[in-house]
Amino acid sequence: MELSGAEIVVQALIDEGVEYVFGYPGGAVLHIYDAFFKQDKVKHILVRHEQGATHAADGYARATGRCGVCLVTSGPGATNAVTGIATAYMDSIPMVILTGQVPTPVIGSDAFQEVDTVGITRPCVKHNFLVKDLSKLAETIRKAFYLAASGRPGPVLVDIPKDITDPNIKVPYAYPRDIRMRSYNPAQKGHLGQVKKAVEAILGAKRPVIYTGGGVILGEGVQSLRELVKETGFPITSTLMGLGAYPMTDRQFLGMLGMHGTYEANMAMHETDVLIAVGARFDDRVTGKIQHFCPHAKIIHIDIDPSSISKNVRVDVPIVGPVASVLTDLVRLLKEHGLDPAHEELADWWKQIEEWRRMDCLAYDRNSALIKPQLAVETLYKVTKGELYLTSDVGQHQMFAAQFYPFEEPRRWINSGGLGTMGFGLPAAMGVKLAFPEVEVACISGEASILMCIQEMATCKQYNLPIKVLLLNNGYMGMVRQWQEFFYESRYSHSYVDALPDFVKLAESFGHVGMRVEKPAELEAAMTEAFAMKDRFVFMDVVVDPTENVYPMIEAGKGHHQMHLSPERELA
Amino acid sequence: MRHIISVLLENEAGALSRVAGLFSARGYNIESLAVAPTDDPTLSRMTLVTRGSEEIIEQIKKQLNKLVDTVKLLDLSEGPHIEREMMLIKVRAVGEGREELKRLTEIFRAKIIDVTDTSYVVELTGTSNKIDAFIQAVPEGQLVEVVRSGPSGISRGEKGLGL
Repeated sequence: MELSGAEIVVQALIDEGVEYVFGYPGGAVLHIYDAFFKQDKVKHILVRHEQGATHAADGYARATGRCGVCLVTSGPGATNAVTGIATAYMDSIPMVILTGQVPTPVIGSDAFQEVDTVGITRPCVKHNFLVKDLSKLAETIRKAFYLAASGRPGPVLVDIPKDITDPNIKVPYAYPRDIRMRSYNPAQKGHLGQVKKAVEAILGAKRPVIYTGGGVILGEGVQSLRELVKETGFPITSTLMGLGAYPMTDRQFLGMLGMHGTYEANMAMHETDVLIAVGARFDDRVTGKIQHFCPHAKIIHIDIDPSSISKNVRVDVPIVGPVASVLTDLVRLLKEHGLDPAHEELADWWKQIEEWRRMDCLAYDRNSALIKPQLAVETLYKVTKGELYLTSDVGQHQMFAAQFYPFEEPRRWINSGGLGTMGFGLPAAMGVKLAFPEVEVACISGEASILMCIQEMATCKQYNLPIKVLLLNNGYMGMVRQWQEFFYESRYSHSYVDALPDFVKLAESFGHVGMRVEKPAELEAAMTEAFAMKDRFVFMDVVVDPTENVYPMIEAGKGHHQMHLSPERELA
Repeated sequence: MRHIISVLLENEAGALSRVAGLFSARGYNIESLAVAPTDDPTLSRMTLVTRGSEEIIEQIKKQLNKLVDTVKLLDLSEGPHIEREMMLIKVRAVGEGREELKRLTEIFRAKIIDVTDTSYVVELTGTSNKIDAFIQAVPEGQLVEVVRSGPSGISRGEKGLGL
């Protein structure tokens, strides 16, 4: 079969089994778009801004575990995509980004819509390629998919000059199934000797804690993790990215840890003697001040990426390998040793944890005349019965959702954890909804975040994506305002959004349904009504208490034991 | 601690900038970096010299290994190894100083490879310390220009860093 470069791009996507490509056309990719026009196997979703394309592909990848794909043009197309690429990179999301480039002969001449895409994206991709030879195009695309999805996943970019896609130049095409790269060999299995060391540490543990991150979900380690937790009877806490890997309503789950984690999770971290870290990277929002981090603990760390190990915190038992296979080995060896989960010290440890739990650190004013954001999230949980894919933007609403919407399954909670990208939620929800049209998909957001990618409401209209937006509208950049209140003596420098649109009319102008909710008593009925509109995109503008803060909170530079619970309840 | 690290890289466009970018993005020190193709035209060999605590050096090696273009890496400082650096140095050579510089060249077993009425270009190969010592020994006011290659290194013994 002889194909042009443009046809090779499309055929490679078909051979890769790609369902959706999120993209935006432009000069450098016109040959490729023409090839798209002539087929109907891969569906192209036209976004309204390239950032939306990357977040939609990202949301699709997070929800399905498959590679997300986007296609953008050269120059501004590529630079607009950078935020979304960096977002995926920070959270290790498998994604392939195809970018058009100016024709090979004019590269470097400051041609129209030329940027050094490979140079600009180098620090925020797992790898990138500039295709200089048509005969290598298919192989390069195959490599991109292989790299993106294997080992520690991440975005991989392929920059394709326009002349490479010339419809008049054809070459023989065969899609390479097996790709070997001598320079790339991700770990296939953990070292058994190290796993045995971990078993020893676990058997000697008096106050153990399991601390899991997004890697458990990305590495499909959920089942073996759940088995480990049940087998050991140990308490488990999770980072923002790992929520849902273990059922959040289960008694053994202590809630999220870190800056806005629960009192019981953070205190358990501070007092633990054996910490079992799985697919987590000891991010600063999780550890607090490193010098105060888990001061009494022997640390076991399971991760696919050797460079994550001992990067921020020195660990005692490193295990490099795929989370799923290492956890399976660990559970098997523990069973052989016959660990008794009810041993006396563990029972004492649980007694202590239950005492911390009685602090009820997430308590808030349930009698408020204003809608508390926490109540809005709890109502969302009630109305959707926990059966929801929830995407989020970044800020207070993100933390409230993480605290008050208990996910039972992985891949249901979709948010930008590492980069903290405002504008992520709505386009990410489009990717999720396309992947799972039969399931409810909602986006929780704030009035500041949502405006960063609001144009994607048009995409939702065009492809009839009945997403529900839950806007917690407090008129502030809530998290910025909170920090200014705490650390800048309430000088609210530019955190107030002075000229907000009428979101109801805005949604209506895009052809959607808009609702405004202002009273706590109206909340449940309004949400029930919104979710009853199965085939409509509904925008719920919920006016919430503008001064509510996220608690508990550990200030930057403090340890896990130095939490603020609320203005009324300071710890000694 | 000073470490000298050898890296075999895919001889691809951009591989060098991935390494350079890694050091600047993560704030690592880089003292020198020497790179050229090997006997296998698909591979480049890089020798880099860096400084940092053991933790930092460990991270540098992990991060270098993580680059998709990195085929193999060896920390030469962990075992017996040989380091050589080459210098081209231009000196003012007039009057009595001219003879003095010629003697200096002989003492260091360097070579004079360009001569004018008023200058020499001297080529010297050795460890970085030896090259430092030569520069120190050039009488004040005589030094015109220094070009150093940065060290290259190889391990001692029969084992090689190959595929």
